[in-house]
Amino acid sequence: MNRVFLLIVFVFFAGISTQAQFSELLKKSEVHGSFEFDGAYYMPDNELGITDSLINGRNFAFNGFGNITYTLGNFSAGLRYEAYLPPLAGFDPRMEGQGFPYIWATYATEKFSFTVGNFYEQFGNGLTLRTYEEWTLGYDNSLNGARITYEPVKGLLMKGVYGVQRFFWSKYTKNSRGIVKGFDAELDFNQVFTGMQDAKIKLILGGSFVSKYQADQDPIYKLPRNVSNAAGRVTLGMGKFILTSEYAYKINDPSAINKLIYKEGQGLIVSLSYSTKGFGFFGMFKRYDNMSYRSDRGETANALDINFLPPNTETHTYMLTSMYPYATQPNGEIGFQFQINYKVPKKSKLGGKYGMGIAVNYSQVNDIVRNAVEVPGTDETAIEEPGTLGWSSPFFEFSDQVFWQDFNIEIDKKFSKKFKGTLTYMYQTYDIDILEGHEEGLPHVYSNIGVLELTYKFTSKKALRGEFQGLWTKQDKGDWAALLLEYTISPHWFFTVSDQWNYGNPVKDNRLHYYNGSFGYTRKTTRISITYGRQREGIVCVGGVCRAVPASSGFYVTISSSF
Amino acid sequence: MKHIIILLSTFFIFSIANSQDKAEYKTLPSVNIKTLEGETFNTQNIYNDGNPILVSFWALWCKPCKKEMEAYNELYEEWQEETGVKIYAVSIDDARSTAKVLPFVNGKAWEMEVLLDPNCDFKRAMNVNMIPHTFLIDGKGNIVYQHTSYYEGLEYEIYEMVEKVAAGESISKH
Repeated sequence: MNRVFLLIVFVFFAGISTQAQFSELLKKSEVHGSFEFDGAYYMPDNELGITDSLINGRNFAFNGFGNITYTLGNFSAGLRYEAYLPPLAGFDPRMEGQGFPYIWATYATEKFSFTVGNFYEQFGNGLTLRTYEEWTLGYDNSLNGARITYEPVKGLLMKGVYGVQRFFWSKYTKNSRGIVKGFDAELDFNQVFTGMQDAKIKLILGGSFVSKYQADQDPIYKLPRNVSNAAGRVTLGMGKFILTSEYAYKINDPSAINKLIYKEGQGLIVSLSYSTKGFGFFGMFKRYDNMSYRSDRGETANALDINFLPPNTETHTYMLTSMYPYATQPNGEIGFQFQINYKVPKKSKLGGKYGMGIAVNYSQVNDIVRNAVEVPGTDETAIEEPGTLGWSSPFFEFSDQVFWQDFNIEIDKKFSKKFKGTLTYMYQTYDIDILEGHEEGLPHVYSNIGVLELTYKFTSKKALRGEFQGLWTKQDKGDWAALLLEYTISPHWFFTVSDQWNYGNPVKDNRLHYYNGSFGYTRKTTRISITYGRQREGIVCVGGVCRAVPASSGFYVTISSSF
Repeated sequence: MKHIIILLSTFFIFSIANSQDKAEYKTLPSVNIKTLEGETFNTQNIYNDGNPILVSFWALWCKPCKKEMEAYNELYEEWQEETGVKIYAVSIDDARSTAKVLPFVNGKAWEMEVLLDPNCDFKRAMNVNMIPHTFLIDGKGNIVYQHTSYYEGLEYEIYEMVEKVAAGESISKH
């Protein structure tokens, strides 16, 4: 708390350092802010198995935050207040509480910046370090410490960070979690070297080094106290082609996630794109092997990640297409993705008056191959045995175990000024056992999904949109159908009704309807929406990080604004 | 202790907010983000030679955002001829799909400037809670209007504002 006080006093005195300049300074100051309130009133629902005793008197729940940023020339500072009283269903119960988890001050000139307090930072793709917050996940791993960035010449940017990570509401005390240090540099050849400014080849090189310190308090194993993770990256542009790649290497880091094995970690991402006006191709390959990297080797939930392992799968957002989302497997996965975007030109036979968009995407993720390694002190070999090197794995080999497969095609077409539509088809393979952590030997889920979305504009401001969706599978909960109708009056109003019906559930009593009705009002940056209905049990994922949401029933309110 | 701090900071902020008699509009913060080619780009370089600018936050995973961008793109040529407006579409896609943004944008034949904000630094500095969120900036660099969410037809409302800004009129009544 002293820290907060000092900071505010500092901000205050920075503002009123000299009386004569006071009003002049105030004119140059800017204050920005935003807030959001997500509240729920939960009600019992026998069909969903939600009883009064399960709610246990906690009918009201809300997540909320308020953000304030102050800027005065080169100086800026800010804080965020958060409250989870209690947190909404499906958020980590350790979030319950309220306070100021995000307080910072920065001094920045054109070449130099210095930040103290909490900050978010990303090195490259995040394989070595990424701190970020994602409100919808309830995720925040900000570093609390100091950061310096320095750009001696345009095109050469260096960053250094030092600190400890946010862990819900728990304060850092000695050995309560690790300490993180990191350095990153990026060199843009075309900006730095004058001879290359107009070169056809664009080259950017980058490198990062991150180290965490955590005391070894394990009674059995001797664990590394300092674990370093280093990465190199390249972006190479040649006309319409862009090639990017990043490779990371982490020293052995026994943890609860990798079951205390002493294996080193590796991560590789390679992507290539080619695009011209009206056509885009994207392809990527990715492999992670034992790449979980956290401030606390004992933490297994969504917290204290130092790095970020981007998934190589498409994000789907319709009600039924997002039923089985992908979650990155940090202990090992290998996969690839292809995508083509094409715009059929206007006034062609297929394109019609307005043209037509086609997007085809395929992604697949398999397990890596794991071979047994020696168990020290015995003649035996084993896979993933604590205290061993874990496994050996040929770098480019795919295991037979498919975690995920997704073929999807989307066609969008505008028929007239008033009428347009999008048709989506998807075939997905989903390893429910691994991706949802069941470990029960459940069969993979194979699903066909179709979505037709149509929008009709009555006037320039009034429109009706419909989504007609189906998901067909023989596994898990069987077939689903969904319907959504949304009427909007721009720029202020929306009214939506929807239903998801699990009509093919193998258990007759579970063939439920998940109906919802909502409306909302938006004015400038303020948005209020009220929903009544049932939320289906499911998984919310952002960037391959997922959170399970239990089924619920009741009223939901969201108020959001910024200034 | 906590109450004192809250009180102090509230007082401080309001005193500043109230005394802003001249600086009535906000301006763009200085944040390093990326171009589609991977170069570092400072947001203070968002510039349109005295003409209006739209800065719109979007992402590949956000359907209404893509609809908004599509709507702008269809009208962009006409808008540019009439008002000289320039549109910056800032993608907040994270490392999962930053490399997919360029082929997507080209595949859609979008004409606006597209920037990448993979760790939401610019989004945070602009206090954007949810996307789509669009800012209108006048020729002097002042943020004169902003709107969150997209419904069919919002582009006409936005364009009315752009026209007013281009003509040097105030839009404070909206």
